[in-house]
Amino acid sequence: MSRPQSEAEYLARLVPASVSATSSRRTVLKGALGAGAALGGAGLLAACGGSSSGGTDATAGASGSAAATGGEVTFGSNASDEIPKKVVQALADGFKAASGTTVKINTQDHNTFQENINNYLQGKPDDVFTWFAGYRMRFFASKGLAGDVSDVWKNLTGFTDGFKSASTGDDGKQYFVPSSYYPWAVFYRKSVWAEKGYAVPKTLDELKTLAGQMQKDKLDPIAFGDKDGWPAMGTFDVLNMRINGYQFHIDLMAHKVAWDDPKVQKVFSTWAELLPFHQADPLGRTWQEAAQAVQNKKAGMYLLGLFVTQEMTANLDDIDFFTFPEIDSTIGADALDAPIDGFMKAAKPKDDARANALLTWLGGKDAGAVYAKTDPTTLIANSEVDTSGYTALQKKSAELVGSAKNIAQFLDRDTRPDFASTVMIPAIQTFLKNPKDVQGLCKSIEGQAKTIFTS
Amino acid sequence: MTVGGSDLPVVNPATVAKAPAGGSHKGAPRGGRVRRLTGNDRIVVFAMVIVPLFLTMVFVVLPAIASVVLSFASWDGIGGVSNIKWIGFENYKNIVTNYPPFWPAIRHNVLWLVVLFFLATPLGMFFAVILDKNIRFSRFYQTPIYLPVVLSLALIGFIWQLQYSRDFGLINAILQTFGLQKPDEAIDWFGDPNIAIWAALAASAWRHAGYIMLLYLAGLKGVDPSLREAASVDGANEVKTFFSIVFPVLRPINIIVVVITVIESLRAFDLVWIINKGRNGLELISALVTSNVTGEASRIGFGSALATIMLAISLIFITIYLATIFKEEEQ
Repeated sequence: MSRPQSEAEYLARLVPASVSATSSRRTVLKGALGAGAALGGAGLLAACGGSSSGGTDATAGASGSAAATGGEVTFGSNASDEIPKKVVQALADGFKAASGTTVKINTQDHNTFQENINNYLQGKPDDVFTWFAGYRMRFFASKGLAGDVSDVWKNLTGFTDGFKSASTGDDGKQYFVPSSYYPWAVFYRKSVWAEKGYAVPKTLDELKTLAGQMQKDKLDPIAFGDKDGWPAMGTFDVLNMRINGYQFHIDLMAHKVAWDDPKVQKVFSTWAELLPFHQADPLGRTWQEAAQAVQNKKAGMYLLGLFVTQEMTANLDDIDFFTFPEIDSTIGADALDAPIDGFMKAAKPKDDARANALLTWLGGKDAGAVYAKTDPTTLIANSEVDTSGYTALQKKSAELVGSAKNIAQFLDRDTRPDFASTVMIPAIQTFLKNPKDVQGLCKSIEGQAKTIFTS
Repeated sequence: MTVGGSDLPVVNPATVAKAPAGGSHKGAPRGGRVRRLTGNDRIVVFAMVIVPLFLTMVFVVLPAIASVVLSFASWDGIGGVSNIKWIGFENYKNIVTNYPPFWPAIRHNVLWLVVLFFLATPLGMFFAVILDKNIRFSRFYQTPIYLPVVLSLALIGFIWQLQYSRDFGLINAILQTFGLQKPDEAIDWFGDPNIAIWAALAASAWRHAGYIMLLYLAGLKGVDPSLREAASVDGANEVKTFFSIVFPVLRPINIIVVVITVIESLRAFDLVWIINKGRNGLELISALVTSNVTGEASRIGFGSALATIMLAISLIFITIYLATIFKEEEQ
C-alpha cells in the first residue's frame, strides 16, 4: 500500500510505470504492507543529540574495510519520484567521494518494488536496497532473504536503543539500517484554533467536548478519508494503544491475542462513539481530500502522519499538532505510530565488504545531512546529524517521538501483510459503514486471522 | 455444402507438387499415396501448428493447470516447492464461508455482465446505427464516443475521480449549483457501496459502448446497400429494415459483439482496481485474485483457489458459446 504524499504524487500514481517513471513518493512513507517492529521500550530519540561516541570514520568502518575501497556496489532503490531520486543520487555521489566506490543505482517504480519484493529478494537482489522496519523486515530475515548487518552496527553511532531494536530480527541480529521516520499525530491550523479559543484536549472526554463545540461552530471536528484503506488503520492503532497499551498492540498484531477479545471490541466501540465527530462518508475520500478540509478551515483537526503537511505547504507556519489524548489514565498517552524507513542488505551480496561499507556510510552523519537538506517532512534517525535546519514542525515531531515511551510502526507494518491487506482493510471499511455490529465484525476478523496465522 | 465437401487439403495450388509426368499412377511413391504437400508446406504447417500450440501451452494451459493445483495448497511464494503445504479443499471452504468479500464479488460480476449485455452493448449498437445514417458531422460524433477506448486506464481512473469525488467532484458541484443537493448531503459516489458499483458500471459502460459502436459501425458499412433498397421498395420502415434485414445479415458481427461483451464483463478489473483496488462495494473476482496473489500479500494458494473459481465460471460461458457455434455449423 502506498502513501502518496502530495496531490502531484497522487496523480502521478495513477499513471502506470510503463507510462511514467514518476509514480511514487518519498522513500520514507512507502506503503507498508509490512509490518512492524516492536521498538522496544525506550524512545527513539530519547537521547536526542546525545551519544557522541567519538569519530568513528563511518566510511572506513565496515568490517574488513581495507578491501572496501574503489570498485562498485549495487543499490536497489524504490525512490522513483523526482526528489527522492535526487536524494539517492546525492547519497551515491557522497559515498563515491568518501570511499571511491561507485554505487550503481537500480531504481524501480515505488509500488512495483514493494509488490515484487518477494520475487526481487529470491532473484538477484542488489547488494543494498531500500526497505522499512517492522514485521516484514524480520520476516525476510527469518526466511534467510536478508543479510546480517550486525557488523555494520558495531560501527554505527548516534542511534538510540529504540532504533537498534527496530533493526533487529527475531534471532537477535541486526538486519536493517534506519534512515528516517515520521510520527502520526493530530494536526490542526493554529489560526482556526486561536480564533475559536480551542485548547488541546488532554483526555478523551475533553476531545469529545471540543469536537462538540466544533460542530456548533459549523466545523467538521475530525477530517477523515479512507478510500485507500490504510489511513483509518492509524486511528485504530492509536485508539488501541491508548485503551489497551503498546504491548497489547504488539501481541494483537502477532495474533497472540484473539481479535474477538473484549479489549479489541472496546477499541471499535470507542471508535464508534467518536465516528459522529468524523467527516461523513470517509470511504469515498482520499487522505489528500481530507487534508484539504483542514487546509480550507472546514475541518478542525486530522489524525495522520507528518506527511499530511505536504498538502498544506502554503500554510506550514500555521500548522501545529498534538499527540492523541489519553483515554485510560493507567495506560497514558506515551505510545504512538512512527514508521521507520531505511536500508537492508541482500542475503548474498556480490561484494559483502563494499555493501557493509555503503550501509555504514548510509547510517552515518554525512548521509543523514543529505536527507536533512532535502526532505522537510521526515526526521533523521541518526541523532548525531545536524538538525539545526529543521522546521518548527520537524523539531516538535522529533520531541514528540523522543518523549514517547513506546513506538509502533503502523498496523500494516506491524503484522503480516496478507492479513493487513486482505482482511483488515475490508474489515475496517465494513466497520466504518456499519459501526453498530462490533461483535460480529470482530468475530469475522478472528475467523479469517485464524486461517492466515496458522498457514 | 461448398468447400467443406471437398476432401482436398487446402493448399496453395502454386506450391502443390506437380503431378508426376507420364500419368498419375506411374510416378506415385512406393507407398501408393500421392504426396500433395511439399517440404516447405510441411514446415509451414508444422510451424503454424506447433508454435501457437507451444505458446498456448506455456502461457495459457500450464499456468491454468498450475493455478488449479496450487489452489489446494498453502504457500507464501517463498522458497521452493518443498515449502508448499497441501491442505485439500481448505482454501475453497474458507473462500465460501470465511471470506466476506467473496459473495459480493460473485454478485457484482453477474451484475456487470447483465448491465453490459442489456444496456451498454445495445447502446453501442444504437450509436453505430445512428452514425451509419450519414448524418452531418458523423465523424465528429464518432470521436468522443470512441475516445474512452483509446484513453489509457490511468487517465480514465483520474477522469472519473474528478467526476465522482464527494467533496471536489464535478457531478456534486453541478447538483449543488442547481440547488438539487445540499452540501452536507453530498452523494458519496465512490464511498457508498450501494452507489459505487453503479458509478463504476457507468464508467465501464461509457467505455464499452464506444468499443461496440466501432465494431458495429464497421459491420454496418459492409452491409450491401441493395438489401436496404429492396426492403424500402417493399415498404419496410427503418426499424423494420434494421431488425428484419440488417441485424440478421450482421450475424457474424453480432456473435463477436456477444463474445466480447461476455469476456469484458468476466475480466472486468481495471476500472475497479484503479478506483479502490476492488474494495468497499466494488469487489470483483478478478480483483480479489489480484489482491491475494500479487503484491506483498502472497496468499498464493488462496488466490489460486479464487482464480480457479473464476476459471470455472468462465468455462460455463465458453461451453455455452462453443456449443451454440458448433450446433449452428452443423445445420
